[in-house]
Amino acid sequence: MDASSSQNSGAAEPMRICVIGCGAVGSLFAAHLGQLDDVETWAYDVSPEHVDAINRNGLRLTGTGEVTGRVRATTDADELPPCRFGIIATKALHTKHAIAAVGHAFVDGSVCSVQNGVGNEELIAESVERVILGTTFPAGRIIEPGLVAWDTAGETTIGPFEPSPPPWSEVELLAETVSRSGMPTRALEDARGAQWTKVIFNAASNPLGAITGLTHGRLCDDPELRKLVTKLVDEGKAVAAALGVTLDSDPDALIDHAQRVAYDHKASMLQDLEKQRPTEIDFLNGGIAKFGAEEGILTPLNETIAALIKGVEQSWAQDVSAH
Amino acid sequence: MSNPFERVCVVGAGTIGSLIAGHLAGQAEVSVLTRRDEHAAALNENGLRILGKSDLLATVTASADPSQLPDFDLAIVATKTTGVEAGIAGLAGRCPEAVVMTIQNGLGSEEVVRRHGEWRIISGVTFISGIRHSDAVIEYELDTETWMGPYAGTETPFELAQGAGELFVASGLNAEVLPDLLPAQWSKLIFNAAVNGAAALTELPHVALFAKRDVPTDLGHLVYDLIAEGKAVAAAAGVELHDDPWEMNRLAVTRGESDEGDYAHPPSMLEDVLAHRATEVDAITGALVREAERVGVPVPLNTAVYRLIKAKEESWTLPARRIQAPPSR
Repeated sequence: MDASSSQNSGAAEPMRICVIGCGAVGSLFAAHLGQLDDVETWAYDVSPEHVDAINRNGLRLTGTGEVTGRVRATTDADELPPCRFGIIATKALHTKHAIAAVGHAFVDGSVCSVQNGVGNEELIAESVERVILGTTFPAGRIIEPGLVAWDTAGETTIGPFEPSPPPWSEVELLAETVSRSGMPTRALEDARGAQWTKVIFNAASNPLGAITGLTHGRLCDDPELRKLVTKLVDEGKAVAAALGVTLDSDPDALIDHAQRVAYDHKASMLQDLEKQRPTEIDFLNGGIAKFGAEEGILTPLNETIAALIKGVEQSWAQDVSAH
Repeated sequence: MSNPFERVCVVGAGTIGSLIAGHLAGQAEVSVLTRRDEHAAALNENGLRILGKSDLLATVTASADPSQLPDFDLAIVATKTTGVEAGIAGLAGRCPEAVVMTIQNGLGSEEVVRRHGEWRIISGVTFISGIRHSDAVIEYELDTETWMGPYAGTETPFELAQGAGELFVASGLNAEVLPDLLPAQWSKLIFNAAVNGAAALTELPHVALFAKRDVPTDLGHLVYDLIAEGKAVAAAAGVELHDDPWEMNRLAVTRGESDEGDYAHPPSMLEDVLAHRATEVDAITGALVREAERVGVPVPLNTAVYRLIKAKEESWTLPARRIQAPPSR
């Protein structure tokens, strides 16, 4: 706690927080934090256009709320000063690379994941000593460099990552600071319940929409497919139970709820496949399968879905039409 | 030669039907039932050109109207499973002494034929493939075998199947004649359910990835597990497989690596998916799932693949306006 106490001792010294990966979700956090006078907000992102716009005009949100945050953005990890907190919001498939680049800024700090899926914290812990596990529900999309649509408000849940946690007081401080900036955040001693509830829900619905091209509602209308969704959920529940995780709510009930409120929802992974963007499947169904294997729980259907999505990703390198 | 099949009618002039017709025309009088008039006209005017592994220009009599076709000693139904009913119905009542050969994927084509006539039936399974350049020009790609034998449990004499096999071989096609084709049909059924299923869902052609089993999410593991389910069903149904479907898969994707670049055959179900056409999944994976249910063997992975392909087909019929982009997450 040397770094934090020295930061606190100088009254003028603000708390430095760096958002790593300033896409839609990262921007929601960075813009909100950028409004606080006692926080110096940094953003590390690979897009020079986005970074330049943020440095020129601030980072702006529009939609659910109008927010402009003062954020110091950079594409150069070496420019980052030592920070007390990092909030990593990259796509899960960039976690390893991103955290290796910025790890030096958190020698005395903690890094919190607000990413999708399971398995990110393990990768962060390879480069950073103190890791906070997190799950977030707010959503948005980038309209143009420096401007992000804030589509959905929602809660963020964070907690110490075992076996590599910061002191509990740091988790509470981050939750308090992010909440104060306008993004409600809960600190829990065991935050895995929210994470596993979300990943099980996601892994049972998102890839099926991606493979079939059906909206969430149409997927659930088909009784045979709906059974497959439940079987995927059941495999995830078994893995969570083996890990000693108590789920926040029943993912199967969330699937039914989404059928009512998001019938026409087009799976985000379907959009990824249509645009030939690599998906986060390794951290969704692949993540469930990996933790299942470690716990001795069979997850054949999640492995099947992961293999199919990875097959689709590999098909982009094949020229079928030329055959 | 003592060929009992001097007149052959090929029902369906897709890639497989054309390859068979083009070859057999060197040994028999061949007629071809097409779906489209202009297809028949092209064949009648130009003949049927076979390129690639063979170099042939065949004279055939073609028509889209079955009543215009001459009598036949052997009819070979070469449509997709989805076209058997319409194809054979056109020959109902014709040539009751003739023999009908089915060569569809999956199971069940013979029963469809039987509903339309008392012909003796030969079951066939073919592994040949080609590339269609136009209605009358087909490239012979894989010159693999066609297996044939008396339809299981019928009175078709083995000699008739041998005669058909000799006709194939004499015309330059590879054939193997078996006393009971069911074990071979099951081998191909299990192979097709796994390989065509995975190809239809990933949109990958049949490539080396289908046999790669390094990490648990590698596609080869899925193909292997799908095949293992199929083998369990065959065992419970009392069928001793003719070939191990996993070895068929492994050999197929390693075969092409040495000569003309990597093997990358697009299975027919992949071609259907890319064209947003109904696939043969009901006759392939669907047949396997139904057999599994009959013999009481759970096949959760094949069931999942079957449901996903049916759903994928359904998505093509959706009005576009129903799908709207949500906020990204």
